[in-house]
Amino acid sequence: MSADLNIILPEIFLSIFAMLGLVVGAYGGKDKLAALFVWVTSAVLVATAAWIGFQGAGTGRAFGGMFVDDGFARFAKVTILLAGAAILLMSESYMARRDLLRFEYPLLIVLAIVGMMVMVSAGDLIALYMGLELQSLALYVVAALRRDSVKSTEAGLKYFVLGALSSGLLLYGASLVYGFAGTTLFAGIIEAAEGETPLGLLFGLAFICAGLAFKISAAPFHMWTPDVYEGSPTPVTAFFATAPKVAAMGLFARVVHDAFGGVIGDWQQILAVLSVASMFLGAIAAIGQTNIKRLMAYSSIAHMGYALMGLAAGTAQGVEAMLIYMAIYVTMNIGTFAFILSMEKDGAPVVEINALSLYSKREPMKALAMLVLLFSLAGVPPLVGFFAKYSVLLAAVDAGLAWLAILGVVASVIGAFYYLRIVYLMYFGADESELDTGGSGILWGFLIASAAAMVFGVVNLFGVEGAAAAAAAALVN
Amino acid sequence: MIGLEHYLIVAATLFVIGIFGIFLNRKNVIILLMSIELMLLAVNINLVAFSAYLQDLTGQVFTLFVLTVAAAEAAIGLAILVCFFRNRGTIDVEDVNVMKG
Repeated sequence: MSADLNIILPEIFLSIFAMLGLVVGAYGGKDKLAALFVWVTSAVLVATAAWIGFQGAGTGRAFGGMFVDDGFARFAKVTILLAGAAILLMSESYMARRDLLRFEYPLLIVLAIVGMMVMVSAGDLIALYMGLELQSLALYVVAALRRDSVKSTEAGLKYFVLGALSSGLLLYGASLVYGFAGTTLFAGIIEAAEGETPLGLLFGLAFICAGLAFKISAAPFHMWTPDVYEGSPTPVTAFFATAPKVAAMGLFARVVHDAFGGVIGDWQQILAVLSVASMFLGAIAAIGQTNIKRLMAYSSIAHMGYALMGLAAGTAQGVEAMLIYMAIYVTMNIGTFAFILSMEKDGAPVVEINALSLYSKREPMKALAMLVLLFSLAGVPPLVGFFAKYSVLLAAVDAGLAWLAILGVVASVIGAFYYLRIVYLMYFGADESELDTGGSGILWGFLIASAAAMVFGVVNLFGVEGAAAAAAAALVN
Repeated sequence: MIGLEHYLIVAATLFVIGIFGIFLNRKNVIILLMSIELMLLAVNINLVAFSAYLQDLTGQVFTLFVLTVAAAEAAIGLAILVCFFRNRGTIDVEDVNVMKG
């Protein structure tokens, strides 16, 4: 029992931290403590990431296999925790100036992160569902954080309805899988799927895939994404675009490999179709957008398509490529959202892309950093974003999915158009932009650090490759 | 004799009614919440039926978790709906359209 508890110690620690924080906040200084909470929470998240990251190798199973702590889970957890900490640091000044900084905000983020950590460690359908719901319930609330705004509450409502629908689909699939496999443990399901796979099990798999596709916003289950991204407060949008995607992709990888690793042919087709649809929808629908948050929503849909391509390969190499892709995607998005958070005119946030006209004249450094990030998002060599795309394409080709890789290249060429349009506006736009200059040092730091990572990461990807390879080897065997 | 398949058919029917309730309903957000609840209850019927058929308790444990989470989910959904109503003054599904998507 205590060995079991030792394995989930980081999750228990974060949960207790969040609950203590709620009590202290409610009986203490309420929102006066909010800024302090943000700093402390970021420090705690970074400390937990270091704790998990330096824990050492090996695989631990707790509660009869319900909770798995292996290299794959640790890689995803460290990415999630660091992304969460970075977003919290970036949101403090933005939210404080708009009177949005409630003390619940960092604590809800912590609870969502605990849910994500359970998701990537799930070894059982019940653990999967509980982790997913803990994450989703916290995220519904933060989407509607700006209680006095129609847009924010509408975003929360839409996210809630479609999120609950996706949970329902996933749960129906889980019930079918339980019925036809006779167990909820992934280790038992993979045995039941061997040989002649029952049809009910495959139906269950399809429903689970549909539910998870909602969570990672893969087309054709993406319709909530642009509205939720547009309506939520920008720091919350930044959070949605990073940590939950890593968690849902991690969960997806865990389900298809741990529970259905014996029937790769059956889910490979589903994932390949989701991947193609997401890449093309993300690339084409983004072209007409004038709101940069909606544009980032379509951009994230397209990026999820590429990550799914790695997963669709169904090999350890594919999982490795997916993990590298997600790590790079999160880094790029943190930088891009640092830039979006700093877009202001007379202190009010601006989200119109046209406002960036000739931005390079006023803020050459920031424009240059954004240019690097946009080129990297588009996958232009020699930036790191290119190597992310290259690794998933290579994995798809090696797995015999050359057609998928070719479609991926075509979609990335189409997708490059809207990233380059922003660059064009910043450097050759029509009229002088009226955006404020200066701004928060933290945002500037994250923007420059992220852009620098995109340039200097080409040397060795900061060792992410080796860690991802070890993580993939732990999952696929 | 009522067998496993009968329960599964009832559950599947309720589940499909729930999904149609979400997509076809144009009136009221409360009906959306009821449809979501219907989907989750259909899942519960499935789980309990399988649990009895397999002589295995896991399904019933799962059901209890689903019931609890569904209650929490409904509470959060209603809370968001109240906020939305205060801002917009209506809870018609057709009026949830400030953003197009």
